[in-house]
Amino acid sequence: MFRFLSGFGSYWMLLGRVFAKPEKHSIYYRQTMKELVSLGLRSIGIVTIISFFMGAVITLQTAYNTENPIYPTYLIGLGARDSIILEFSSTIVALILAGKVGSNIASEIGTMRVTEQIDALELMGVNSASYIILPKVVASVLFNPFLTLISIITGITGGWIVGTSAGVITSQDYIYGIQYAFIPYYITYSLIKTVVFAFIITTVSAHQGYNVEGGSLEVGRASTKAVVYSSVTILLFNVILTQMLLS
Amino acid sequence: MIRAERISKSFGDRRVLTDISAVFEPGKTNLIIGKSGSGKTVFLKCLVGLLEVDEGELYYDNVLFTGLDFRGKKEIRQQMGMLFQGSALFDSMTVEENVRFPLDMFTTMSYQEKLDRVNFCLDRVHIVNSNRLFPSELSGGMKKRVAIARAIALKPRFLFCDEPNSGLDPKTSIVIDELIREITVELSMTTIVNTHDMNSVMENGEKIIFIEEGEKCWEGNKNEILKSDCRILNEFVFANALARQLKDSSG
Ligand SMILES: Nc1ncnc2c1ncn2[C@@H]1O[C@H](COP(=O)(O)OP(=O)(O)OP(=O)(O)O)[C@@H](O)[C@H]1O
Ligand SMILES: [Mg+2]
Repeated sequence: MFRFLSGFGSYWMLLGRVFAKPEKHSIYYRQTMKELVSLGLRSIGIVTIISFFMGAVITLQTAYNTENPIYPTYLIGLGARDSIILEFSSTIVALILAGKVGSNIASEIGTMRVTEQIDALELMGVNSASYIILPKVVASVLFNPFLTLISIITGITGGWIVGTSAGVITSQDYIYGIQYAFIPYYITYSLIKTVVFAFIITTVSAHQGYNVEGGSLEVGRASTKAVVYSSVTILLFNVILTQMLLS
Repeated sequence: MIRAERISKSFGDRRVLTDISAVFEPGKTNLIIGKSGSGKTVFLKCLVGLLEVDEGELYYDNVLFTGLDFRGKKEIRQQMGMLFQGSALFDSMTVEENVRFPLDMFTTMSYQEKLDRVNFCLDRVHIVNSNRLFPSELSGGMKKRVAIARAIALKPRFLFCDEPNSGLDPKTSIVIDELIREITVELSMTTIVNTHDMNSVMENGEKIIFIEEGEKCWEGNKNEILKSDCRILNEFVFANALARQLKDSSG
């Protein structure tokens, strides 16, 4: 319990340093561009693949669970669409990114800590927390909504391709279904969650990496902890945000 | 000039430094020697403020460093350069970017001016045609030299080196030692070097402080060190067979 509270305290203290006034804007801009590539662009592949197959599975499951002549089949399209937008493309994708991006951030920053690169920055008079972490937070918060949109589109496409080729739904019904009773606010809700989750993944993982003490063994531990803590925090905030935004 | 007064530092209930006082003068290579684990790195990190001291005061040119806030320390830090025990080069940047980093961060020089300065510093440490390499592509000795180049990029007034020649062969060590001594005189810096290498001691030791178990046991220069009657120091200095033989034969 004490460890939890002191960890919580050091997390907020670190955030305070991360959001201190940046020293040199041009350098922060350059770093943010780099992070957009390494955290954002390099995640498009995994998000696309997973979303395609999950969209397919969600569509098949919805179809087999509603095999009842009184349900019109276009409801399969509607059901798949809402599952993908509301839960899959924001929360599940965030959990996957917590695994990929979170461990990456924690081990990168942890290595900088144990090889004294962070000390070297501090010694020069650079605010190391802000210099290292802020570009990652900004890049993820800006880019992850695009990942979510990509995930929604590929997920729905996956459902369409696999659903029609498996013969559980016709193309017309699916397309009618995904447009039927569409609530645009669900997209907003999904994107708001994505932004919050992006912030959680980057800051929680960065905190784990930044406070590593010891050597490469501890760096490995920090990266595991980063994934676990950010995933749990995401699940918690998923409940809170859903209650706040949809009730 | 750097003055340390009665510095103490503990980690938890483990006392690592006890009451160390010392004065380090400009234009000189000051050495801190001691066994592995005696507290040299901790002392150096206290001097530069990477670790908070528990007790005692530090003065940089008569400014009380330990009393300054973050901004005040930052001003003095921009006059410091440090060579870390493991070089601490930024591994996501090339050699050139590493040396240019402090210039990018703290100067308003044009790109060409920065590049000239970078090449001058790299040239000074005898690194040529390696601007585009990454730290992972360098040997240990090259890393140290690039780290020295980065440390002197902003023409610091205070230079700190943590074991500049650990893990290097004797010949490369001597090159690095000479380099440090030369640039110290050139820029009339106050240089403080941690080492447990007796070769560097005999090479560079204008002022030597010997630390044992976190306490300062002895202070002097390289001529005095061989004649001292401090027992622990003698054990340290004459630890190797060659040194013992030399001492015995000279009576
Ligand atoms: N962050 C820390 N937390 C706890 N103990 C520490 C910490 N840093 C150093 N120590 C302890 O302080 C003592 C002195 O360590 P230090 O790194 O200063 O030794 P050193 O003289 O530099 O040795 P070496 O020549 O091997 O580099 C060691 O016993 C070490 O275990
Ligand atoms: Mg050391």
